[in-house]
Amino acid sequence: MQIAEIFETMSYGPAPEAAKPALDWIAAHDRRFQLFINNDWRDPADGSWFTVTNPATGQELAQVAQGGAADVGAAVAAASAAAPGWRALPGHLRARHLYALARQIQKHARLLAVLETLDNGKPIRETRDLDIPLVARHFYYHAGWAQLMATTFPDYEPVGVIGQIIPWNFPLLMLAWKVAPALAMGNTVVLKPAEFTPLTALLFAELVAVVGLPPGVLNVVTGDGTTGALLVEHPDVDKIAFTGSTDVGRTIRRATAGTGKRLSLELGGKSPFIVFDDADLDSGVEGVVDAIWFNQGQVCCAGSRLLVQEGVAPLLHRKLRERMERLRIGDPLDKAIDIGAIVAPVQLERITTLVQQGVAEGATLWQPSWACPTEGYFFPPTLFTDVAPASSLAQVEIFGPVLASMTFRTPAEAVLLANNTRYGLAASVWSEDINLALDVAGAIKAGTIWINSTNLFDAAAGFGGYRESGFGREGGKEGLWDYLKPRATAPALVSVSNVNAQPSATNGHLPAALLGTVPIDRTAKLYIGGKQARPDSGYSRPIHDPQGHLLGEVGIGNRKDIRNAVEAARGAAPGWAKQSGHARAQILYYLAENLAVRATEFALRIAGQSGATEVDGQLEVEAALEALFTAAAWADKYDGAVHQTPFRTVTMAVHEPLGVLGIACPDAGPLLALIALAAPALAMGNTVVLIPSPQAPLTATDLYQVLETSDLPPGVLNIVTGDRDELSKVLAEHDDVDGLWYAGPRSGQAMVERASSGNMKRTWTLDDMSWQPPQTAEVLRAATQVKNIWVPFGA
Amino acid sequence: MNAPVVSEIVERNPGTTFDLGAVEAVRVNRSAVERRAATIPTRRTVKREWQAAWLLRALTCMDLTTLAGDDTPGTVRRLCAKARQPVRQEILAALDMAHAELHVAAVCVYHKLVPTAVEALAGSGIPVAAVSAGFPAGLNPFEQRLAEIKASVAAGAQEIDIVISRANVLQGDWRALYDEVQAFRASCGSAHLKTILATGELGTLRNVARASMVCMQAGADFIKTSTGKESVNATLPVSLVMVRAIRTFYEQTGYLVGFKPAGGIRTAKQSLDWLSLIKEELGDRWLHAQLFRFGASSLLADIERQLEHYATGHYASLAYQPLG
Repeated sequence: MQIAEIFETMSYGPAPEAAKPALDWIAAHDRRFQLFINNDWRDPADGSWFTVTNPATGQELAQVAQGGAADVGAAVAAASAAAPGWRALPGHLRARHLYALARQIQKHARLLAVLETLDNGKPIRETRDLDIPLVARHFYYHAGWAQLMATTFPDYEPVGVIGQIIPWNFPLLMLAWKVAPALAMGNTVVLKPAEFTPLTALLFAELVAVVGLPPGVLNVVTGDGTTGALLVEHPDVDKIAFTGSTDVGRTIRRATAGTGKRLSLELGGKSPFIVFDDADLDSGVEGVVDAIWFNQGQVCCAGSRLLVQEGVAPLLHRKLRERMERLRIGDPLDKAIDIGAIVAPVQLERITTLVQQGVAEGATLWQPSWACPTEGYFFPPTLFTDVAPASSLAQVEIFGPVLASMTFRTPAEAVLLANNTRYGLAASVWSEDINLALDVAGAIKAGTIWINSTNLFDAAAGFGGYRESGFGREGGKEGLWDYLKPRATAPALVSVSNVNAQPSATNGHLPAALLGTVPIDRTAKLYIGGKQARPDSGYSRPIHDPQGHLLGEVGIGNRKDIRNAVEAARGAAPGWAKQSGHARAQILYYLAENLAVRATEFALRIAGQSGATEVDGQLEVEAALEALFTAAAWADKYDGAVHQTPFRTVTMAVHEPLGVLGIACPDAGPLLALIALAAPALAMGNTVVLIPSPQAPLTATDLYQVLETSDLPPGVLNIVTGDRDELSKVLAEHDDVDGLWYAGPRSGQAMVERASSGNMKRTWTLDDMSWQPPQTAEVLRAATQVKNIWVPFGA
Repeated sequence: MNAPVVSEIVERNPGTTFDLGAVEAVRVNRSAVERRAATIPTRRTVKREWQAAWLLRALTCMDLTTLAGDDTPGTVRRLCAKARQPVRQEILAALDMAHAELHVAAVCVYHKLVPTAVEALAGSGIPVAAVSAGFPAGLNPFEQRLAEIKASVAAGAQEIDIVISRANVLQGDWRALYDEVQAFRASCGSAHLKTILATGELGTLRNVARASMVCMQAGADFIKTSTGKESVNATLPVSLVMVRAIRTFYEQTGYLVGFKPAGGIRTAKQSLDWLSLIKEELGDRWLHAQLFRFGASSLLADIERQLEHYATGHYASLAYQPLG
């Protein structure tokens, strides 16, 4: 074009980043990529390959190995063999390896960025300025944790062999989020990159070989979903870390149920982007651009639901449309492109279908006047207004550049709409009023809240979901726990050796004085909503001591009782969570006080149900009292953190309760187990539906009076006696239960994990046999989820 | 994409009544503004002939400026000669732009040198701009400042760059600021009024946005970032806030107000960043000298150097660019 003409039009011209170095790299591999196992490149055992294409052109880039069962087996075997040596390596040496990887990534930053853009279709600006620098940052950050592991986590050890399955939207970044913490904490890895986008992981594997990571520590097995499934099902994998769709996450949850494999899932989202009328609207518009047109909207935490205060909605929508008109779509290698290509035709079809559905459901569609490129897979930025919360546009994760806008009148209504979703990954809140912004940030159920910002990421801050957006965190100290487990030799929760308990004459049976008279019949009911309630079934079952003497009867709770208990717990949840830690501690101390008054009675009851000695009973009561004190002590001390993210922002990692928690208690230690599990859960602000030990439920039913005299608000702790597995299944399947802890047989653990896949609630399973309380730190982590609130500031 | 817009006659902003509500409705989130400003240079770039064309446009939007205490008629005449012929003819020929008769937008001097500049630019069509009203502190007696404007206009200045009283902003006395700028505007008569906010001394971006709104309400033809004498001059975040205010004022009133970043813009690359900012935030309509100016002195030489690089393919020396 002539300069004179451009001088008049002031148009943009092409500004392409050179693809040649990346294409040369592909060509140097004869456009064919093998599997990376044990630092060795090898063909897939069954000789299958698949095609990887450039979504901006539809052209083939390379053939990549399709990993099969033998390949996954070889990779897991290599990782298993490498595990003892890698975990034994001093943290400092692991830190050197991670540091070297960070350096390698920086040295090859542009090659990685161009390759990522070729493979994924996202703009080079994003891979160059965001993805790859963050990849390096994650390896640096976690090199630091490798260095500090021994001193920071002395009671923990690596989990073992980790199977990691990552998505196509941030191929190398998701690799970094998973690989860096796993390696830092001494685990070995088998990584399965996404079928659409495996190339940067393969280049990364070359860097792994360059820095001399020991063979087997990191293995890359490419392939499609079947390869991932093989990894999930492999018996020698100790943990699966998955990022991807909620549907696949659910399948993985079911597949790993009962296997003892640990699991962390980072799944889908339908994140709200809330704009109040006192927001900087122009900046808010740019926020929307970064929220939903970043990476073509193919972002799990994309701000896909725009919630605008009614008074400013027309203005904001107008500003938004003007801004959309100036977005540039096209060749992702062009440095002045805002929106690149959709990753694959199947995704483009999905977006197109959902948009058509949105129009059919009556929402108003707006797209810019300009046209998309005809070659490659492109979809224009799309704004829907007049969207009803019931519309599929508001409910379904589209994973494309499609924004659904709704309006609200008050902060409370904004929160209501924001939380009206099955997901809980992220949210963005725009207001110049810090009181309003922080209030709303606290009320939204999501793992990350950005105030007056969006899509800020850093290795120092945890990222992960609430609800069906999954569980586990990536980044920050909170992200390391997913790659650690307590050492088997760690000290037990309670120490009761100095309790000077003396046996009484009863030897575990009710005092003779009581036996000599006619006892008053006691009816042990259920405890729901602060009241003793008869079981819905109208049935009771007898409880005997080991000699067969009748000790009493307990009600047989059924699904309706669980339903009622969950309703009570749900009703009590907001108030209990809002209580100060100090207030919750006072109630727990008071519980201990009132339990102590009746220590002998409880000791005898424990002894009576189990056949243990009264001394054993006394020891258990003492241990339970100590556990209550421990939980009360933590109630106002389980602090969050302020993360050191490299922005001018306060990044607060806040511990929030899960919400409504189910707890199914083990048979051993009926009082201690109940207290050691329930008390920390309550201390952290959860409300609880508890199923006592089926063998020794009278301990729990005896507790009602203690609860009633201890100022525990109604509904905070609910107790339903009955069949543990039957009731646990109801809890596991209940969509309004946020977490479920189950201590019992392996078959029950498997059932609970499988049945919990409905709303992807967090589960924690414990063995009943030889039960001893887990470390308090572990219970507290299980009782909380970390929310990161980013608060940028500046006068 | 955006349709080409040819240079147009812009109706002068007559100003509006003082609207405190519009001033106080302004919201500026500094962190978000800085994030957006930081991505202006990374989201947009122009290469090859586009870069050359854009640099030529930057050149035509330049208020070539000398505001030194030791300015003499001699240095000003030299600058005016440069203003008439900002790029060597052989470079323009290589760009196939020799016919375009490009020149800078204006020459900006102190009052005393206005007659020299007017004479030196006679017949060129290049207006003379005078800094005025107690530039750069703006603390001279009010009547003197008005008289200074009138004197410069009488001496032939067609554009008047005044500086506002920062105290009015810092004390939140928006009415006083409005009255002051309105009086300046009245004193300008047919000369165009550029109001310098001295943003480096306003403390907050919110103050920048509010002061921008008040100046436009009071009838500014341009709002301008800096005198060049503050410790912090034109920055992209400050400019973003000001151009957004211009957009808001346009949405509210239909009047187009110009923008002039001044101070600290020294490289050709920087000038492209500002052009991108204007194109992205205000649109192509603002990419003309009627509505956009750079206040600069050393920028021109770097633009020349980059144009020579484009024309010849090798890197150029400042020594080869005729001095202004």
